[in-house]
Amino acid sequence: MAEVTFWQAIRDALRDEMLRDEKVFVMGEDVGIYGGAYGATRDLWEEFGSERVRDTAISEAAIAGAAVGAAMCGYRPVAEIMYMDFLTIAMDQFVNQGGKNRYMFGGKTTVPMVLRTQGGAGRCIAAQHSQSLEAWFVHAPGVFVVSPSNPYDAKGLLKASIRDDNPVRFFEHKMIYGMKGEVPEEDYVVPLGRANVTHEGDDVTIVIYSMMANLALEAAGILEQDGISAEVIDLRSLKPLDVDTILRSVRKTGRVLLASEGCENNNAVTEVAMRINEHGFDYLDAPMKRICAADVPIPMSPTLEDACIPTAPRIAEAAKELVG
Amino acid sequence: MNTPADLYRKMALIREFEMRIDEMFATGRIRGTTHLSAGQEACAVGACAGLRCDDAVVSNHRGHGHFIATGGDPGAMMAEMMGKQTGYSRGRGGSQHMACFDIGFLGSNGITGGGLPVAVGAALGFKMQKTDRIVLCFFGDGASNQGTFHESLNLAAVWRLPIIFFCENNLYAMSTPMHDATAVENIAERGNAYTIAGEVIDGNDVIAVRDAVAGAAERVRGGSGPALIEAMTYRYLGHSKSDKCEYRTREEEQRWHERDPIKLYAARLRESGELDDGRIARIDAEVKQQVDEAVEFATTSPDPNPDELEGSVFA
Repeated sequence: MAEVTFWQAIRDALRDEMLRDEKVFVMGEDVGIYGGAYGATRDLWEEFGSERVRDTAISEAAIAGAAVGAAMCGYRPVAEIMYMDFLTIAMDQFVNQGGKNRYMFGGKTTVPMVLRTQGGAGRCIAAQHSQSLEAWFVHAPGVFVVSPSNPYDAKGLLKASIRDDNPVRFFEHKMIYGMKGEVPEEDYVVPLGRANVTHEGDDVTIVIYSMMANLALEAAGILEQDGISAEVIDLRSLKPLDVDTILRSVRKTGRVLLASEGCENNNAVTEVAMRINEHGFDYLDAPMKRICAADVPIPMSPTLEDACIPTAPRIAEAAKELVG
Repeated sequence: MNTPADLYRKMALIREFEMRIDEMFATGRIRGTTHLSAGQEACAVGACAGLRCDDAVVSNHRGHGHFIATGGDPGAMMAEMMGKQTGYSRGRGGSQHMACFDIGFLGSNGITGGGLPVAVGAALGFKMQKTDRIVLCFFGDGASNQGTFHESLNLAAVWRLPIIFFCENNLYAMSTPMHDATAVENIAERGNAYTIAGEVIDGNDVIAVRDAVAGAAERVRGGSGPALIEAMTYRYLGHSKSDKCEYRTREEEQRWHERDPIKLYAARLRESGELDDGRIARIDAEVKQQVDEAVEFATTSPDPNPDELEGSVFA
């Protein structure tokens, strides 16, 4: 298998799907000759031209709405919003139009569109370019929420998202575009709603997603040195949520740590905790614990930014306290 | 079919439908909210008469007239108004959320200005399919102050999309007079900022509306890029159910009633001899009968099954 970076995996998924289905097209700010702010559409414009790799005005609401309209007319648009923070400008189109049209219109239409964007902290670009807003979309009815942690999942999940008949919010973390991993060249998908047990263990379950899932593997290594065996579950999809895989693990370990880079208050993992409470309370040997970003706008200062979000040692520390 | 009798019939049907809904709200037979278009019938009927039957229409919150003009069935619409399973959206949508994709009615909308980007996307789809279908997007003077209006006109112009932006200027954004909230004299001028030719027309003259849309449709279909039409009109009733119209004078309302779009057209047809009083009276009776039947159908239709509450959120 070839080693490719995360951005290449995204680009290759887009390319494969555009070759496979002529209804798939890409649009967004600077996705053409520039290749996307984080390079994930590099070389596509040269291959497919400006009709299918469509540069737009800096008009997030119009990009989002145009994707909704084109999707309702038989296309499978993949719209890129440059930063997750900019989704706020287009929320009406994503939430009130794209997410609701099918239900509101009595199930008589589909909106097969993917919104790709990148988020997360780590580059000292502060409060309006670093957020993790996935919880907002988990809350919105009618949309799926996907957030891969590595190149293999990125390619397989993006292909599945493009082929899905529902609006999918596809969240990439800005700190892993350069991450390398083995990715098959042949066609494969990673189905939406299937979590991945990336490290097996017996003492504590760490439920996590996106870039943080890689930190959890580091944390598992730290814990191992202390004789603690951690099981890491990379959710991959926040919605649909793979409750079964989570419960299987909780049954084994009896202890749960939930982690996310979003602000702590009403974080997406809060919902996971509630599901465990509803369906797996009897398996628990201790109250669940969470480790999330502080409830502050992400600060610029490297020291403060680092203090704001979970790190591998902090994840390990939290897990250790839980096992106690 | 768009014979003079058809145009008259559709306007009369919209009026009858809207006034019946007003009455049914007053007596508690319909719940929720609604935005009625009585007084604006010439915009809906004239605009749709200027389109081809395979073109698409995107509507707004005041959308019953647009839907009827596109070919919507009053029975299924009334059922949707009452939240019944037989409604266009199976009771999930109500007054502001109806669509019929088979006839190219891509949906009304509860968000002011929310339909404009979606219409741009539909037009983009038509262009990429290399069809010569076009989209007509209805919106109001109030929506032209939303960012989505400006983003949509700009993008549609840059991409030379086959779309007619059709503004029904009824002079008030809810209670706010247009010029208290809008910096330009006419909405049509705003097209200049996006190299889109704008024109102001008499929105109470169904033939003027039809001809303006047909002319714009021909240009747009031929690849001219988007068009912007501003039709001057007036809504007779309040913005929505709770509005008592205290922000405008009875004299102003009276002046507009004197230019009632349906009466104007009836007078013209009588004068030209295309319809006589007897025929007009027959059509009026027939649309009344049609709305009676729509109400009967809706009233006797079943409610949605609560067990199906969560169905069809996802495909």
